[in-house]
Amino acid sequence: MASVIFEERRDQIVTKGEAPFRISCDKESLAGAVSQRACVFCGSRVVLYPIADALHLVHGPIGCAAYTWDIRGALSSGPELHRLSFSTDLREQDVIFGGEKKLERALIELIDRHSPNAAFVYSTCIVGLIGDDLAAVCKRVQQAKGIPVIPVMSEGFKGNKRAGYAAACRAMFSLVGTGDTAGIPTHSVNLLGDFNLAGEIWIIRDYLERMGVGVVAGITGDGRVADLQRAHGAGLNVVQCSGSTMELAKMMQEAFGVPFIRASYFGVDDMAGALYDIAAHFGEPALMERAKQVVREELAVVYPQIMEARRRLAGKKVAIYVGGAFKAFSLVKSFRLLGMQTVLVGSQTGTEEDYQELAAITDPGTVIVDDANPLELMSILKEKGADVFVGGVKERPIAYKLGIGFCDHNHERKLALEGFVGIINFAREIERTVLSPVWNFVPRIGGAPLGARRAA
Amino acid sequence: MSKAPAYVSTTNACKACMPLGACLAFKGVEGCVPFLHGSQGCATYMRRYLISHYREPVDIASSSLGEKQAIYGGGPNLKQGLVNVMNKYQARAIGVATTCLTETIGDDVPGLVREFLGQAKVEGGAASVPPVIAVSTPSFGGTHLQGFHRAVAALVAQLATTAGPSNGQVNLLPGLVSPADARYLKEVLADFGLTGVLLPDISLTLDGVAKAEYELIPEGGTPLRDIAAMGSAAATIQLGCFAMPNPSAGQILASRFGVPLVSLNLPLGLRASDALFQCLERHSGRPTPERHARERGQLLDAFVDGHKYLAGVKAVVYGEEDLALGLCSFLAEVGVQVVLAASGGESPGLAQAVAEVSDGLAPQAPLVRSGVDFHQIGEQARALKPDLLIGNSKGQTLARELRVPLVRVGFPIHDRFGAGRILTLGYRGALALLDGLINTLLEKRQADNPVGYGYL
Repeated sequence: MASVIFEERRDQIVTKGEAPFRISCDKESLAGAVSQRACVFCGSRVVLYPIADALHLVHGPIGCAAYTWDIRGALSSGPELHRLSFSTDLREQDVIFGGEKKLERALIELIDRHSPNAAFVYSTCIVGLIGDDLAAVCKRVQQAKGIPVIPVMSEGFKGNKRAGYAAACRAMFSLVGTGDTAGIPTHSVNLLGDFNLAGEIWIIRDYLERMGVGVVAGITGDGRVADLQRAHGAGLNVVQCSGSTMELAKMMQEAFGVPFIRASYFGVDDMAGALYDIAAHFGEPALMERAKQVVREELAVVYPQIMEARRRLAGKKVAIYVGGAFKAFSLVKSFRLLGMQTVLVGSQTGTEEDYQELAAITDPGTVIVDDANPLELMSILKEKGADVFVGGVKERPIAYKLGIGFCDHNHERKLALEGFVGIINFAREIERTVLSPVWNFVPRIGGAPLGARRAA
Repeated sequence: MSKAPAYVSTTNACKACMPLGACLAFKGVEGCVPFLHGSQGCATYMRRYLISHYREPVDIASSSLGEKQAIYGGGPNLKQGLVNVMNKYQARAIGVATTCLTETIGDDVPGLVREFLGQAKVEGGAASVPPVIAVSTPSFGGTHLQGFHRAVAALVAQLATTAGPSNGQVNLLPGLVSPADARYLKEVLADFGLTGVLLPDISLTLDGVAKAEYELIPEGGTPLRDIAAMGSAAATIQLGCFAMPNPSAGQILASRFGVPLVSLNLPLGLRASDALFQCLERHSGRPTPERHARERGQLLDAFVDGHKYLAGVKAVVYGEEDLALGLCSFLAEVGVQVVLAASGGESPGLAQAVAEVSDGLAPQAPLVRSGVDFHQIGEQARALKPDLLIGNSKGQTLARELRVPLVRVGFPIHDRFGAGRILTLGYRGALALLDGLINTLLEKRQADNPVGYGYL
C-alpha cells in the first residue's frame, strides 16, 4: 500500500489504534492526485441549488452550468426553477472585452421570462480573472427589477468546496432579516443543511409537526426566497451537514440572536437524538413527551425491519467515503446497528475535530482518510476488503471494478435515507447490493468469485 | 417557420465545454492519463459527467490551481502534477488540456511542458519520461466536440513522426463515437484485411471488463507507436466534417507527411455507410466482405419491412453537428420527416449539409438551427409538434413536456443503461437504430391505444 500513497499525503491517512490519533486535513489538493474534491463554485452551487423559486444564473463559460444542470435530487413542493440551467455562456470576445453587459442583459431577459422571487448570480474562475464587477451589475438589476439580485462570489480556484459553502451562506444571509416574521410560532425552527433529496425534508417536517414544532425555512431543501427572508423569526436553527450551512447559523446567531444546534437525521440514534435536542431546547415537557411519542411510533414500525435486515447483513464489511464528515458519523453508527463493520471512513472536507470524532466512534484498525483519491481508496479497499462501499457517483466505478457493492449516499441520490423510514430504505439499498447474486460470478478483490470459492 | 428569436442568456445548454472533449479523446490513447490544467472543480465535474455516461472509471488529473497560482502562474503546479501522475499512475502518456482559468492567466503550456521534459525528475530517470501532449481548450472557445477534435489534432501533431516508407495502413479518425462504434469500425477494417489505426480508440478503455482490479490506466486505447506511425500510412479517413480545428488531424497528416486525406460524413444510415465501405473497397482493393454485404442487405430488408411504421412520422433531432447531420441523412432514407435539426455547436454549413442529404427524399428540408440551447429547441418543437425526439438524454425534459418518446443516441446519456454499447454506425448500427426507432413508436402506440392490439 505504501507505494501508492503520495509522500505529501502521508499524514492525511491514519489507521485508528496504531498511535495517538493525529491527522492532517484542510490542505489544498495535491496537483496530479485526482482528488475526488470539487471547487468553490461547486460548493456554492450545491448549497443554493434547492432554492426553487430563485433564478440561478451561472456567469461563466458553458461548462460550469452544463455540469450542474439538474444535478441534485432536491425536490420542490411548488416551483421548479432550480432545475433549469442558466448561463451567460461566456465566449472569447466576452473574456477580452468583459462580460458585464452580457450578464446584465441575460439577467433582465431571464427575470422577465421567469419572474423569480430572487436571483443568485454565480461567479466562476474566469469572472474572477477578467474583473467583471458582479456586485455592481447585480445592484443595478435589483433596482431595475425590484427583486433581490445576489452575487455569489464563487470563483472556482479561490479555495475548495468549503469556501463555496461560505460564499453561499453569505449570499443567503443577505436575504435573512428582510421579511415579515408575524405569525411565526415560538416553537419553530429552520432546517439548515437539509436539501430535500428524495423528499427527505418533508419526512423531518412531519415529525416536527407531530411534535408541535413549526418549520419556518428549509435551508435550502424545498427552499423559498420568502422563507429565507423571514428565517430570523424562528426560535432555533437546526444545522445538519457539517460544512455547508454552519456559517449561516453563526451569522444568524450573531445578527439576530437565533441559537443553533447540530443534528443529523441519518440513522435511528441520530434521528431520535435530533428530535430530543429540539424538544430540550424549547424546554417544554409536553414537547419532549410528544417527541418521545413520535420516536416510539416510528421505531415500532422500523425496528423489527432493522433486526430482520441485520440478520442478513451482520458481519459484512463496509467502506465509507463521503463529502462531509458529519454524514460519516451517522453512517458508522447506522452500520453498527445493522451489525456491519466499518473498515474505511473518509471525507473530502472534514476538519481536525471531525476526524477526532470519527476516530472515537470507529473500531481499532479502521482507516481514516482525508481528501482521498482513487489510487488510495483502491489500495485501502484491497488491503482491508469490503462488501459495500458508500460514496458518490465518482466512487461507484472504484467499488464495482473491485467487485464490491455500492451505495450512493451523495446529493444525486433518489432514495430518502433520512428519518426512521430512511434507515429501512438504507438497509434495503445495502441489501440490494451486498446480497446480489452477481458476486457469485464476478471476479472480486481477494480472489475468485464467491461461487468459485464456494465450489472449491 | 420564421427565424426564431435570439437570446442573450443560455438555458439548458445543448453542448458541454472544450476540455471535456479533449479528456475523452485522451482516454482513447493507450496508457494515457488526461490532465486538466486548471482548478480542481473542472476535473471533478467532468469525471462525474463522463462516469455517469460510461459507467466506467474516468480518472482525470488536475493541477488543482488555487488563488496563489492564478496570480503567479500555474507552472509549478503543472510540473508537480505531471511528476505525480508519472510516478503514481505509471502513465505512458499524459494529455494536458487547458481550461478557461489557465488560458486567461496566460500560462504557456507547451513552453512549460518543454521546460518540464528538459528537467524532469521521474522515478526511473529521464529515459522513462513519457510523452506529454498539450492542447489548448479554453472552455469559452467552443464546444466539447471542438475540444475533442483539437485533442486528436494535437496527438497527431505532437506524436506522429517523420514519414518512413509507406506501411500500407489506414488511419481512421472516427470522431466522437461510442465504444461500440469504435469496436465496430475496427472490426470492419480487419474484415477488409486492412491494417488500421483508430485514433482515438475508446472501445475498451471506456467499456472495460470485470477484473477485480481498479486499473489506474485501463487496458486498450490507440498504442503510441501506432500514432507515431500514422505519418507513414497509405491514407487517412476522417469521419465527421464539423468542429475541426484548422488544420485538423487529417490535414496535418496530409500536409506534413503527404498522407492522402479522405473526409467522410459520420457513417450513419445507408448512404453514408456506403460511402465508407466504398472508400474501404478502394483502399483495400477488395469488395465489401460478405458479412457486411449481408448486413447491408438485411438493413435494406428492414427498410422495406418497417417503412410504413415510419411514414409521416415527424422527428426533432439534436446533438453535435455531425450526429445531427447523420441522423437527418438516415431518417430521410426511411421516410421520417425531420422537422428540426438542432445543435449547440455553431459550425457554419450545417444547414447546407442537411439540405443536401435530405434532397430528393424528404418532402422538405428540415429546419436547421445552430448554436441553440434546449430553451430554443423547445420553443420550436412546441410549434412543430414532433412525434418523437432523437438525441442525447438532455432532451428528456422536453420529451416529457411534449409527451413524445425520446430515442437516445449520442453523448451524454445520463438516464439509461449501456450508453457505451449503443451502436449507430454502419449498416449494423443503422439497423439497430431502425429497430429501436420503430419499437419506440410501437410501444407508444400500444400504450396509448384503448384496444391494446396484440399484433402491430
